[in-house]
Amino acid sequence: MNVMHQGNYFFDRYGLSEADLQRYLAAALSAGGDYADLYFEYLTTTSIMVDESMVKSATQGISAGCGVRVLSGERTGYAYTDDLAPERILRAARTAALIASGPAKQPEVSLKENRGRNLYPVALPSVSSDVREKLELVMRADRAARAYDPRIKEVRASYADELRRILVVGSDGTLAEDSQPLARMSVLCLGRNNGQSSKGTSGGGGRVSLEFFRSEKTPEHFAEQAARQAIIQLDAREAPAGEMEVVLGPGWPGILLHEAIGHGLEADFNRKGTSAFTGRLGTRVASEKCTVVDNGTVPNRRGSLNVDDEGNTTHETVLIEKGILKGYLSDKLSARLMGIANTGNGRRESYEHIPMPRMTNTYMLSGEDSPEDIIRSVKRGVFAANFGGGQVDITNGKFVFSASEAYLIEDGHVTAPLKNCTLIGNGPDVLTRVSMVGNDLKLDEGVGTCGKDGQSVPVGVGIPTLKVDRITVGGTGS
Amino acid sequence: MDLKEIAVDVVNRAMRGGATAAEAVVREGNEFSTVVRLGQVETLKESGSKAIGVRVFRGQRAASTYSSDLSSEGLDQMVSSALALAEVTSEDPHAGLPEPAQLGSIGGDLDLYFDDVYSLSGEQRIDYARRAEKAALAVDKRINNSEGGSFDAADGRKALANSHGFVGEYRNSYCSVSAVPVAQEGGSMQRDYWYSVARTLKKLDDPEQVGRIAAQRTLRRLGARKVKTAKVPVILDPLMARSLLEHIFEAVNGDSIYRGASFLAGKLGERVAGENVTVIDDGTLRGGFGTSPFDSEGVPTRRTVVIENGVLKSYLLNTYTAKKLGLQTTGNAARGLAGNPSIGIGNFFLQPGTKKPEDIIAGVPEGLYVTEFLGFGVNLVTGDFSRGASGLWIAGGELTYPVEEITVAGNLQDMLLNIAEIGSDLEFRGAVAAPTLRLDGLTVAGE
Repeated sequence: MNVMHQGNYFFDRYGLSEADLQRYLAAALSAGGDYADLYFEYLTTTSIMVDESMVKSATQGISAGCGVRVLSGERTGYAYTDDLAPERILRAARTAALIASGPAKQPEVSLKENRGRNLYPVALPSVSSDVREKLELVMRADRAARAYDPRIKEVRASYADELRRILVVGSDGTLAEDSQPLARMSVLCLGRNNGQSSKGTSGGGGRVSLEFFRSEKTPEHFAEQAARQAIIQLDAREAPAGEMEVVLGPGWPGILLHEAIGHGLEADFNRKGTSAFTGRLGTRVASEKCTVVDNGTVPNRRGSLNVDDEGNTTHETVLIEKGILKGYLSDKLSARLMGIANTGNGRRESYEHIPMPRMTNTYMLSGEDSPEDIIRSVKRGVFAANFGGGQVDITNGKFVFSASEAYLIEDGHVTAPLKNCTLIGNGPDVLTRVSMVGNDLKLDEGVGTCGKDGQSVPVGVGIPTLKVDRITVGGTGS
Repeated sequence: MDLKEIAVDVVNRAMRGGATAAEAVVREGNEFSTVVRLGQVETLKESGSKAIGVRVFRGQRAASTYSSDLSSEGLDQMVSSALALAEVTSEDPHAGLPEPAQLGSIGGDLDLYFDDVYSLSGEQRIDYARRAEKAALAVDKRINNSEGGSFDAADGRKALANSHGFVGEYRNSYCSVSAVPVAQEGGSMQRDYWYSVARTLKKLDDPEQVGRIAAQRTLRRLGARKVKTAKVPVILDPLMARSLLEHIFEAVNGDSIYRGASFLAGKLGERVAGENVTVIDDGTLRGGFGTSPFDSEGVPTRRTVVIENGVLKSYLLNTYTAKKLGLQTTGNAARGLAGNPSIGIGNFFLQPGTKKPEDIIAGVPEGLYVTEFLGFGVNLVTGDFSRGASGLWIAGGELTYPVEEITVAGNLQDMLLNIAEIGSDLEFRGAVAAPTLRLDGLTVAGE
């Protein structure tokens, strides 16, 4: 097994030396910035898609590059190159340097390597050797989904993995290298019966090896979830419209936290005073049953990182403790400008992008209610078992997300499946209406990708079963 | 080597390596962006990149790879990986390149590239962003914060070659200016934006105008409230009408059609919209944001009438989806560096009507004017539509107070059949465009 070790990948592959790195940093600070960093990235990807039971697509790719950032006060200069020749990196460094205007500065003399734990000690995805094994997993998903029910008419299943190797070097002495594997399977099923059509989707993975899909979450698991959802949706009725009690199922519905709370607590928005949560530290933003954390250190999770994309060790950060707002998610720039601790949440999509505060795995801790009691307490409302995507307006706090699997609750019992069910609410007060918190915290299965300012990064979410006393359900029924 | 030569070289390497057919795409681009916030430069970004992708066939098996390493060894490795992958994919009877006779490029200058987008000095570019934000901040005291003004410029070059002998290349350029002001009044904080985008600086709106409109759009949201759940006429402003049109594009996308994943699958020749609705995709419009001389398989772009007077006339297809459906490609192949071609958009628009937007609003006694949709509550398989929304409440034929935290729900099939009014205000601000639309029969959910 190719067990990951923290070697010096970029030093070996590109003949980089510490002296080269110092030279690039010096060029970046040649106009006097406060801080400069280099982000080297070497990314390999594989993806396989099975459609109509045929392997229609198999793709592999390599991209490599280096981004140079210079900070000067509140200003950021950024340039990148996809050619790692020294003269090209120097040119990018001099371009980024233009943000500052002053005498050249010398970077810190010695780089201190941030070496530590390994949250994803797995066999790294190999570019070539095991394509057939990956392919077999996808074919298994296809077979299982079709076998689930004759009303499943179309199946599209895919597998994708990547290995991202990064090296971050900062003029404050930062030197961090990491190898970040990421894999996921996805299944889409279309159901048809008596002129009705439906769709079901499922997927998952994490910073895991192929073994995960053989022993923990198998292709059959994902296939059956997607097929089950499609079959249920064939008989779904229109969701009601208006305010009502809503119970959120455990796991992926935690996207509620991500949209309603998480983005609003990213430090950049709060530094600029444009978040609906600006100025609310220490105040009540949730019922006292709610404690919410962002945790980049959960082993093998999709949102986890040994170090963030600025080379900082990731942490568990308490955002809300018993309903009181405790902290923001920060990166180097916002931590320095706001005078707060750096929480290790500086992330970026690739070497072409400027890092900013982002979530990792965001979830609510378990409470004391049993899921059954929560459902039983609802006279008439909606049980949202699973969700599609969501979105938030940071400034006015309004968020929305759509249920991919939802049911009516009548007199304390889960009854008819619902379709076309969107929930909309207000971030700063939705959690104040949480009256019951289940004892069944679950993290999602590893499908989340978060978009912000045009940059996508993998994230995780989770909640226990939750009851929200009042939220607007956007259906068409009564 | 120029890009075309690199693309041809890669196709040749693939054919020498044992491919029965091959296609290569090379892309090169430069980007510049700057954000000015509260008068100060916040970010400056400038860079360029180049990358290549190859698709190979071994008989009816296809595979693809991409790389940012354009050295000879890098290209060899990319090609040999693709050839190895093509041994494990399935025989697909419909896989393959277009027929040689289908290949080509439309002639003439399409006005896609203007070198002026890169003609400005660094200071002038920053000034564009600064002016847009400054104009927004000057409109009203309640505009007291900002996410900034920005200026972006980019140019790109794309070359495509295949083993049928097609070689083509084109360039394009782009510039934009935008402003994102924040307004506060009482306990309410709101943010909105406006922008202008063009292929040449000459066609870019004044930054001041962009800033002023952004400020007005932000101010009109202050004090927004919820409304009671109701079935009322819904008017979509042109930006939101565009988002409806994007759903229609996805629904006529050949990839969704052949697998029955669209509510429009199998409806060719049927009435799917009101008689007043005509939707066109035209990849040949001079200077258009969706214009190109050939698609991503080397087929000339064209004008396709998708819906004519309410009748579904054509899907949008590439070679593969056309073969699956027993039809001809419409020149809508799109591809990234890797993977099978998908369906791309030309300039996709809904033909304007004759009524002014203000007259459409005047005809609604009580209803919702939507200026923003939020979230992804659209199911193209069933047509089910339920999205978060904000906008302005219409009473007595006039826009009155702002509303938010509501949803608009219905079904796209009914929505298309119930477009009651179509405005005269068609304007391209991207590859997809639609005029103001009035839709009847939707549910607005609130309190």
